[in-house]
Amino acid sequence: MKVLVCITKTPETTSKIAFTADNTAFSTEGISYIMNPYDEWYALVRALELKEQHSGTVTAINVGPAENDVIIRKALAIGADDAVRIDTDPKSSKEVAVNIAAYAKDKGFDMIFCGKESIDYSGAEVAGMVAAILDLPYFSFVSKLDHDGQTATVERDIEGGVEVATVSGGFVISASKGLAEQRIPNMRGIMMAKRKPLEVIAGQDVQEDVSTISYSLPNEKQGVKMIDAENMDELVRLLHEEAKVI
Amino acid sequence: MSVLVLAESPKGRFKKAAQEVVHYGYQVAQMTGSECIAVVLGSADNPESLGIYGATKVMHVSDSSLDVFDTQHYIAAVKQIAEQVGATVIVVNHSATGKSILGGLAVKLNAGSVSGVNTLPVITDGFRVKKNVFAGKAIAEIQVNSDIKVLSLMGNSVPPVEVGSAAPVEVQTVTLPKSKTVVTGQNTVDGIVPLPEAELVVSAGRGMKGPENWGIIEDLANVLGATTACSRPVADTGWRPHHEHVGQTGVAIRPNLYIAAGISGAIQHLAGVNSSKTIVVINKDPEAPFFKAADYGVCADLFDVVPALTESLKRFKESN
Ligand SMILES: Cc1cc2nc3c(=O)[nH]c(=O)nc-3n(C[C@H](O)[C@H](O)[C@H](O)COP(=O)(O)OP(=O)(O)OC[C@H]3O[C@@H](n4cnc5c(N)ncnc54)[C@H](O)[C@@H]3O)c2cc1C
Ligand SMILES: Nc1ncnc2c1ncn2[C@@H]1O[C@H](COP(=O)(O)O)[C@@H](O)[C@H]1O
Repeated sequence: MKVLVCITKTPETTSKIAFTADNTAFSTEGISYIMNPYDEWYALVRALELKEQHSGTVTAINVGPAENDVIIRKALAIGADDAVRIDTDPKSSKEVAVNIAAYAKDKGFDMIFCGKESIDYSGAEVAGMVAAILDLPYFSFVSKLDHDGQTATVERDIEGGVEVATVSGGFVISASKGLAEQRIPNMRGIMMAKRKPLEVIAGQDVQEDVSTISYSLPNEKQGVKMIDAENMDELVRLLHEEAKVI
Repeated sequence: MSVLVLAESPKGRFKKAAQEVVHYGYQVAQMTGSECIAVVLGSADNPESLGIYGATKVMHVSDSSLDVFDTQHYIAAVKQIAEQVGATVIVVNHSATGKSILGGLAVKLNAGSVSGVNTLPVITDGFRVKKNVFAGKAIAEIQVNSDIKVLSLMGNSVPPVEVGSAAPVEVQTVTLPKSKTVVTGQNTVDGIVPLPEAELVVSAGRGMKGPENWGIIEDLANVLGATTACSRPVADTGWRPHHEHVGQTGVAIRPNLYIAAGISGAIQHLAGVNSSKTIVVINKDPEAPFFKAADYGVCADLFDVVPALTESLKRFKESN
């Protein structure tokens, strides 16, 4: 079973978010990056489990500049067999998807795994785009996936529950919580990762159909109003008269 | 030229999400001097009712194979209708369905797309919309440069308003690709408002001590007509179902009222809830970080406060 796992990097979740002086770009100063949790914890680990069950290979792919190699090496340390980096600094989800699809097109992958969303821009778009370009079925937010070698059974999150479906032949998923349990790379994995192949391929430019004009910070809360625990009628009154939410 | 909106009809019925997307489309159409057309896929009761929120016409693809969701079918159907009506802006909800087709639609229509939009566009200088980024820690203003634009609309961002009356319905047929997937089952809780749509949410965390104590949270939610949610460790340990988990790695919500009991307010939790209009925090620890993000706080034992709040609300409901 040949699985392609798309991995991206995101600022560490507790990062303080700031922008350049004119608010047109995200300030990367002092930001440390991690592998996007959905990619690392769920997509990659489930791919490895399926490989352990059925044999095959797991390839990690990233569209991004050379500095992303650290993240890619981590995917190799967790257990991916090899990796590819498409060498371009993508400006949009479309650019990422076009490059991933171009690579995957004739490589015979049985499945392509993405994360549910990148936790910085929360696009949740790349996976569906890759599927559409390759004309493959797509399942979003998959929290369970079993494969018997012929047919895969997927459970995906929908509002208030899950939907179960089966598919034969190639497909794309985005992985959500529940699909697998996080794996921590061990010393041996880290050593082996250094010798695993990381291929670098030139990227294609894609016309920028969306561009970020500016960033702003959300309005600060006015400060909390503390209510006496003995006086819930007062809280109800405030919710009704002041906040006007009930 | 027109604005096309996908009005979802789960189990044949339109919910608030459909009203929101139609009314959003109506407002965009007003701005751009065009009309808002709604597309409905599969069975639906009263598609003409979408006119109330501003659709001038409803294109109903009533093919019953669209009652089950298949990404490729939905994309193909919306694409064909979009081309037929010459849509330049296509809007879907930022729901499981909408998110599943947004990227694919953008590819197939050669369009630029923005997901999770929470404002109306500003069109004085290009077409610009806003969305939350970095887990709600910032807002990005994004310009869509392509001729065709595809957006997914975040729930509870733009309230639906009644502006019209029943709209004419045209029954349409589309050509669907052969499906490669089979939906074998669906397991959802019926009768409650799904979290992304909910206006009122009551949420609880590890401070609840165990799943057996959730009765007081459900009572409070029932009195309010609210949907219940929880923090991540609560879902991870199986105290509550996964779909209730809100936060950075769970569902992102923006209800009018978010009541959090026994939740510390970790940054990853706040990421999914800090766009809520009003936040009430009940926590016995005065140092709990959640108080900083709250509008109203009660610093006491939740096992006393939650039932007392429920009683007060009952009295309020009876006298109003
Ligand atoms: C990458 C990443 C992603 C994450 N994503 C999410 C996410 O999406 N959502 C999420 O929720 N978390 C997420 N987390 C976990 C998050 O960091 C916190 O660990 C979690 O939110 C804590 O849950 P809690 O507030 O229920 O529990 P705790 O932190 O244990 O807090 C319990 C609170 O209850 C209070 N309490 C206890 N007893 C009582 C009582 N009798 N009356 C009143 N108050 C009481 C305590 O004072 C305390 O503040 C994520 C973490 C990481 C690293
Ligand atoms: N630059 C990238 N390189 C490889 N995969 C990516 C990249 N950006 C996003 N992805 C994948 O697409 C998923 C969804 O990302 P997004 O659509 O940006 O929210 C991520 O979880 C990754 O699996």
